[in-house]
Amino acid sequence: MLEIIRQPWPWYLAGALIGLTVPYLLLVGNKSFGISSSLRHMCAACIPANIKFFKYDWKKEAWNLFFVGGIALGAFIAAQFLSNPDPLVLAEPTAEYLASKGITDTSSLLPSEIFSWDQLFTLRGLIFLVIGGFMVGFGTRYAGGCTSGHAIMGLSSLQWPSLVATCCFMVGGIAMTWLILPYLLTL
Amino acid sequence: MPTAQELADLKARELDAICVNESELVHPWWHNLKYAAWGILFGIVFVKAEIVSWFRIQEMFRFESFHMYGVIGTAVVVGLISVLLIKRTKAKTIYGEAIHIPEKTFNKGQIYGGLLFGLGWAITGACPGPLFAQMGAGFSVIIVTFVSAVAGTWVYGLLRDKLPH
Repeated sequence: MLEIIRQPWPWYLAGALIGLTVPYLLLVGNKSFGISSSLRHMCAACIPANIKFFKYDWKKEAWNLFFVGGIALGAFIAAQFLSNPDPLVLAEPTAEYLASKGITDTSSLLPSEIFSWDQLFTLRGLIFLVIGGFMVGFGTRYAGGCTSGHAIMGLSSLQWPSLVATCCFMVGGIAMTWLILPYLLTL
Repeated sequence: MPTAQELADLKARELDAICVNESELVHPWWHNLKYAAWGILFGIVFVKAEIVSWFRIQEMFRFESFHMYGVIGTAVVVGLISVLLIKRTKAKTIYGEAIHIPEKTFNKGQIYGGLLFGLGWAITGACPGPLFAQMGAGFSVIIVTFVSAVAGTWVYGLLRDKLPH
């Protein structure tokens, strides 16, 4: 049994469980699924700095912080006790492309060539870790949601602004991957 | 009836947020554990289905693997059917409240912010949820990415009135 759990889980199982988050949150507390808001609540809780956008009672949204805390804990459990001992199985063309850029370490979920402390103070590390993170935080809030709030919750409840946002996420990601990343990866 | 102060507070929380629900009910803090419990399951799925992997995001944006499209597509279909069923049956929450899904209004932020997030998503290989999972799974350097993401959110709040919406 544990052998099966340790294998990578199929997309339909993961997709179904993630989709069920929508009714779960609605049924247990009338909450709409959305993760990026947790970043805003952290700003409101720690550094509101008298900015109107952060002047609200974040404790009323505490459920969101419990949820993301749970995600970190669940990931810890999965990595600690249920992890797959084999390297990641990557699509052949992706593996070849990344290898041509010097990214070959598929032993864990993130390539150690980029995502490690000794890379942080290189130009590439700065872009991937610091600037990338900033764009994720700024962009999701500007868009009013991320993959969970727009692509899953928003599309599930047939909200067309969320479809616009989701399409823009994809356009941005595709543009970065095909036009800019080839240069960034070899910095 | 909510007081003027409460209404102002709700208004502030609603700014650019898709996930604000005003419940009349007040619960002790441990009621939030039901969200933490689902979060744990969610985090396990994130890691076990390799959704938090930078490699899977590269595959997705390079159109070289179906995996992530399958995950997101299935999630949307399951969510869609669930919302339909909830609306059709007029289901109530476990506390007996009517279920309310806030309407999202369009603004240009969904385009500009969406594009910006997409660019960042392809670099970091993570949206906000996976950032928490990557940290939990032991990638300690992602703390830097996470702090940057919080900083990005904060700077957005600072500049919000000057940005086109």
